[in-house]
Amino acid sequence: MPDALGAMPVSGLPARVGLGLKPQHFRDVLDACPDIGFFEIHAENYLVDGGPFHHFLGRIRERYPLSVHGVGLSIAAETPPDERHLDRLAALIERYQPAAFSEHLAWSGHGGRFFNDLLPVTYDSPTLDRVCAHIDRIQTRLRRQMLLENPATYVEFSTSTLSEAQFLTETLRRTGCGLLLDVSNVHVSCTNHGRDARAYLDALPLDRAGEIHLAGFAHDADAIGAPLLIDTHGTAIDQAVWELYAYVLARTGPMPTLIERDRDIPPLSALLAEAGRADALLATVAEPPGSRLPRLQGRIS
Amino acid sequence: MTLATDLRQADFAAALLDPERPCPANLVAWNGSDPSARFAVYRNNVVFSLIEALADTFPVARRVVGTESFCSMAAAFVRGHPPHSCVLAQYGEAFPDFVADFVTHFAPAGELPYLADLCRIEMARVRAYHAADLDPVAPDAVNAALACGEDIADITLSLHPSLSVVESDYAVASLWAADQTDADADAMSWDRPESALILRDGLDVLVRPVNLGSARFVQAVQQGLSFGSAAAVAAHGRPAFDLSATLTMLVRHSALTAIHPPFREPS
Repeated sequence: MPDALGAMPVSGLPARVGLGLKPQHFRDVLDACPDIGFFEIHAENYLVDGGPFHHFLGRIRERYPLSVHGVGLSIAAETPPDERHLDRLAALIERYQPAAFSEHLAWSGHGGRFFNDLLPVTYDSPTLDRVCAHIDRIQTRLRRQMLLENPATYVEFSTSTLSEAQFLTETLRRTGCGLLLDVSNVHVSCTNHGRDARAYLDALPLDRAGEIHLAGFAHDADAIGAPLLIDTHGTAIDQAVWELYAYVLARTGPMPTLIERDRDIPPLSALLAEAGRADALLATVAEPPGSRLPRLQGRIS
Repeated sequence: MTLATDLRQADFAAALLDPERPCPANLVAWNGSDPSARFAVYRNNVVFSLIEALADTFPVARRVVGTESFCSMAAAFVRGHPPHSCVLAQYGEAFPDFVADFVTHFAPAGELPYLADLCRIEMARVRAYHAADLDPVAPDAVNAALACGEDIADITLSLHPSLSVVESDYAVASLWAADQTDADADAMSWDRPESALILRDGLDVLVRPVNLGSARFVQAVQQGLSFGSAAAVAAHGRPAFDLSATLTMLVRHSALTAIHPPFREPS
């Protein structure tokens, strides 16, 4: 496989703050037209024939760049990506022409059942081969580069032979896909597995990052009382995550940054306040020399 | 290699939905703690997020039985009927039948014989919300067709894809409406048959109580019967069936999307 590292643009999104688009905010967004960089949708919510979701998304897309974020491709599953699902995603992408498409390093289905959760991956050589083959298929079918998101996990596998950072780095190198760096997931996973978050970040090819996610989490504890953070997307962003975000920005320069909120959705104004805080951090980082990536056509061929 | 991997994900998947199964053997924690406490997070995420999806689709049922009863009913459904698709708007099509069975076995839901039909209305609402967009025929075209005399019996109608019918032995459309207005459903005389028409008009999903004749007319038209045959089916044994009121309602709610063959004014 060719080494595609650095060979392609990483994202077509503007290096600004974006928000997850929630149905309860459709009208507020159109009425207020807030000054934000982009909106992101969960692809599966829009794989419906018609009705208000498409009505509002079409109007919002006329005003904002769009990021399509998948949660159902089950990239790390044992079976190849579902071709019917790829067809539907391709149609959604054709219709709305998003600036980025992203998915997770995880599996979410098995044996025809969908679990609606992002399940953990064994970091070994056969899994690496399989994940890369699946990403190749996805990028070929969707005719564009995708971004792969680092996971939030609660367990590790005794059978893993690679670190998560090694696994991600090699996947990005082989497939040429970009990195969706979920900074909250970095904090959650590193806390849950006793790792140093900054060392983990230093081991990733951050020059392949095309988007950042920031979200809230919940606190729990494992069987001996060690902290176990749960990636809920249900609260405001934690101070520790803001600090890691600043650490990342100092290395990457300005990055498209999503404020992710999927539970206990507050009023749009509350999310805009969090977006403002991210904006302020973005403003503190200058474009580092030599970082000007060719801007985004977002298509492989 | 592939086989070993298969067994790993199969094990993991089976243990997610079955709390009696041990957690997969190859899990570890960095601090040597029992990984089953960590695996429980995945079990909880899967079941809880799918219960949330059902609660989004069936909010009236949840209020009627109470959150606690709804969650135990939904958890049992999730474990026995996990989704087959990642498009969760479709999840819960089998829930009303499950509820019908559940209410005959468990209290307090057992005191709510209308609960399954209420769920059918809620599922139909979600289906209507996401149904394809289709323009209605112009009112002039409808009037012209109605004025064409005896030939009208042979035309067929197309109805909006959002439209569906729930027939019930109970006044479920009225119960659903009472929930929307915080009216006291307990005080209602729900022990009477009622049918409901569910459809999307523009961006709004509507639930309309209708008589059985109107319900049967809509179902007959959806099955492709001609106008004349559908009207005969609807009126059979139901002298009170009002064809023109039924048509007026369908036209007013933009539910009539085509007339075949397209009617033309005689030249």
